[in-house]
Amino acid sequence: MLKTIHKSEKLQLGIGCILGILFGFLLQKGGVTKYDVIIGQLLLTDFTVVKIMLSAMVTGMIGVYLLRNFGVAALHPKPGSFGSSVIGGLIFGVGFGLLGYCPGTLAGAVGQGSLDALLGGLVGILIGAGLFSEFYPKLDKGILNKGHFGEITWPQLFKVNPWSIIIPVTIGVMALLFWIEKSGL
Amino acid sequence: MSHVHHASRSFLSRIKIEEFVLSGPLFTRERPGKTDSRKYEGVNNMEWLSMERWSPYVVGIGIGLLSCIAFLLSDKPIGCSTAFSRTSGMIEKWLRGGIAAEKAYYKKFAPSIDWEWMLVLGVFVGAFLSATLSGQFQFIWVPNRWLNVFGDTPFTRWAVAIVGGIIMGIGARWAGGCTSGHGISGTLQLAVSSWIAAICFFIGGILTAALFFR
Repeated sequence: MLKTIHKSEKLQLGIGCILGILFGFLLQKGGVTKYDVIIGQLLLTDFTVVKIMLSAMVTGMIGVYLLRNFGVAALHPKPGSFGSSVIGGLIFGVGFGLLGYCPGTLAGAVGQGSLDALLGGLVGILIGAGLFSEFYPKLDKGILNKGHFGEITWPQLFKVNPWSIIIPVTIGVMALLFWIEKSGL
Repeated sequence: MSHVHHASRSFLSRIKIEEFVLSGPLFTRERPGKTDSRKYEGVNNMEWLSMERWSPYVVGIGIGLLSCIAFLLSDKPIGCSTAFSRTSGMIEKWLRGGIAAEKAYYKKFAPSIDWEWMLVLGVFVGAFLSATLSGQFQFIWVPNRWLNVFGDTPFTRWAVAIVGGIIMGIGARWAGGCTSGHGISGTLQLAVSSWIAAICFFIGGILTAALFFR
């Protein structure tokens, strides 16, 4: 049943669109399609972004690993390397700090009428992605594979049952969120 | 307060859009005979849809549940940045033809519409619906926080947004994901690459914002 759904290309495009509409609706209601809120997070004065990301992570982590335990979902961790994850992450961060949107919230910002997102950010990301594809063959031979560690997860790395990581991470995140709320951030 | 501030600078009357959507057959603010539910629930039956903000935890848990549905029904993690790369490829193919299609990167990520592309299109639509329902939809060039520090010239905001976008576009492809693909979907799978990338997104972002707003 699920396999048939996964294989139907047209159905998948429809599911993608519906999930996207719900995702965009939630992002806008959360306020994170706004430059002011995202920059507030990066300036450490407004913790909305962290609150949303961490509660999404904990909910999704428990849910997806449960689905996996029931045999109805599979994990798709992305491969990584120090050259790609660290350097790429820091480059992304510089863009994040200047643009004040990330690719997903940018699409949402365009939807609420932010012209800096449409004519600045969107055009910029498209140019950036095009530039990357130009230099990709060279980068792939060099820095992108420096310190390659592959598609590994924390439970695989430490060779433990996933739940012995999920439970402490959940408790840690809840404690952090509780602390954030208590400090009035 | 910021509401009034924005409204004075909007190109389009936000009231018009609000009336257009809210007076349509799909969304009504109040339904006859349902006023009792207000006493019971504290809010009108549809009022939560027109609220300006929801609790970040409601939003976060909602996004977490959406991620579960995506894994279940589509066997995919939610992500956004690859769609931009595919779009860039589609434009390049249109401008340069076959040469673009031969690029190694586009052989890995074909420049065509896929699940994730539709997801990003959906984000645009969903945010539009949410903003319109709460009367927040408005065309603005310069966000408030920018305006207070750097003034209201659209050009400076546009120039920095485009430079930031270019750097972000490169960084997202370099790291193999963005705040959704790595930051939420990757961290929830406990992927090592995503935890490292997500932490670096914020280190880079916090340092850049601190220097920029110094």
